[in-house]
Amino acid sequence: MREGTYIKQPNRALQVYAIVFLIVLYLPVLFIPLFSFNDSIYVRFPMQGLTFHWYADLWTRDTVWAALKNSLTVGLWVSVISTCLGVVAARAITRYQMPGQNAIVTFAMLPLIVPGVIFGVALLVLVSRLGIPLSLYTVGFGHLIICLPFAIATLLPRFEGFDRSMEEASADLGENGWWTFWRVTFPMVAPGIVASLLLTFTISFDEFIMTFFLSGTDTTLPIYIWTQLRFPREFPAVLALSTIILALSFVMVFVALWIGRLGAVRDQVKATNEGA
Amino acid sequence: MVSVPDAAPVRRNRLTAWFRRSEAAQGYALMSPTLVVLVVGIAVPLLILIAMSMWTRDGFGFDMTPTFANYERAATEPIFGTLLTRSFFVSGLATFFTVLLCYPMAYYVAFHVHRNKMLWIVLMTLPFWTSYLLRVFAWRVILGYEGVINSAFLTAGWIEAPLEFLLYSQTAVIITLAHAWAAFAILPLYVSLEKIDKSLLEAATDLGDGPFTRFMRITLPLSMPGVISACFLIFIPTTGDYITPALLGGPDGVMIGNLIQLQFGPVNNWPMGSALSIVLMAWIAALALVFLFLTRKAKDQLA
Repeated sequence: MREGTYIKQPNRALQVYAIVFLIVLYLPVLFIPLFSFNDSIYVRFPMQGLTFHWYADLWTRDTVWAALKNSLTVGLWVSVISTCLGVVAARAITRYQMPGQNAIVTFAMLPLIVPGVIFGVALLVLVSRLGIPLSLYTVGFGHLIICLPFAIATLLPRFEGFDRSMEEASADLGENGWWTFWRVTFPMVAPGIVASLLLTFTISFDEFIMTFFLSGTDTTLPIYIWTQLRFPREFPAVLALSTIILALSFVMVFVALWIGRLGAVRDQVKATNEGA
Repeated sequence: MVSVPDAAPVRRNRLTAWFRRSEAAQGYALMSPTLVVLVVGIAVPLLILIAMSMWTRDGFGFDMTPTFANYERAATEPIFGTLLTRSFFVSGLATFFTVLLCYPMAYYVAFHVHRNKMLWIVLMTLPFWTSYLLRVFAWRVILGYEGVINSAFLTAGWIEAPLEFLLYSQTAVIITLAHAWAAFAILPLYVSLEKIDKSLLEAATDLGDGPFTRFMRITLPLSMPGVISACFLIFIPTTGDYITPALLGGPDGVMIGNLIQLQFGPVNNWPMGSALSIVLMAWIAALALVFLFLTRKAKDQLA
């Protein structure tokens, strides 16, 4: 075990740096829940005592419920559609030899890199030239463009690590294409699909800039928060709402990453068993 | 029953046979829904944006005679140049600090964490998946005039009056951007550091290099592709950022993304806004080419 002995020496300074880094990474966001329980309209120290008043206040607001319903509706549709589009794209790219498939993937990844403002205004110009009124449908389409790269990026590795001989075996044993898909292909890529659904839902749920340009009178929760930020006395209610959204996102993403990892671990175990 | 095959089914059969043989055709057919969405959602809007950038606002409608007047305005009127330069300056600094601060972290996980690496990576990237708006909003809570820092310092008696430079400044925008985009730096840095063959470091030490020389001669050059892609992944999207300058920038921190939004909102000059978007896109494309060139050069040097 001489290999890398001095490299493996623990480096105290780096260790401290890493801990501080993680604290700084999480601390700012933690002030939101902290002050959402503060019994004062001002966000400042010293704190005034514990209250659930701001959450109770949110509960009675119809606009919050309407925005929540819109966010959930758009999020569910967008996650399902973008995952379906991601599945056919990932399947086509890994199953068939297609000229220009790398160019297509790069093109689909554009919304990850190009500033959201540009895609927001570009889609706004398109729908207005087509005479389509701004609504939750235009919002959903905007979200779809943002979520698609994440769906493809999550699903491609699952389909790439896929063993074609399984499908061939199924076909040899007399299953037709659909049954092979449902009984062989689908279970193998299922962790990727679940991860993609959860991640795209979270992204859609949190999406701001596309919604900002493409929403009509019906809006989503992030836009609701944005409009409330103008009024200082609404600050505590915004903090409470933000806390709920943050908690929801953290849980969703943690589950998504965990399931995605579970799939990876299962593959590793299988690979080891096959190797033995 | 003598069957005389007429022409149509034969053609159809040939078409089917060709389709069965052609991998590409089957692939494109399978992913056609995705392709349609990509074309309608990305290609067509960008083309219409280019077209509109050459129109002129005419009351509530548009004068569609092609003209480069908007681009001339973008090039000559100082406000546009200033905001573009400022956007690149602010994003550049934010990128620099993000990569500088994330490098040791990625280095630590790549070289010094041996168990639960996955847990560390999840921990470092988890905040990135939560709402960008809320992460920026959190900094407003911290840096505000009566925010966390000012009120804590006042209570502690370290300062007499709230520090005004914290909120509504370029500094606030840079701090917030560096914090919000950390995950984009961590991942590529970690991947390139993880790939480094540890025996090279061993060889360098055996040949008499100290830790610093070893880092400068082996680790840093080998991790350059990761550094370049981290810079790319942060610099490009942040140049057009809207939320952070709007919430924390104040008048001094306004960036090009806010100006574009103004043209489509209160100013209501859509053709000018389109021209600005295209100018930003062109700059981004040019910079992307530079990054691509740098990556290739870095890789060539390694090979």
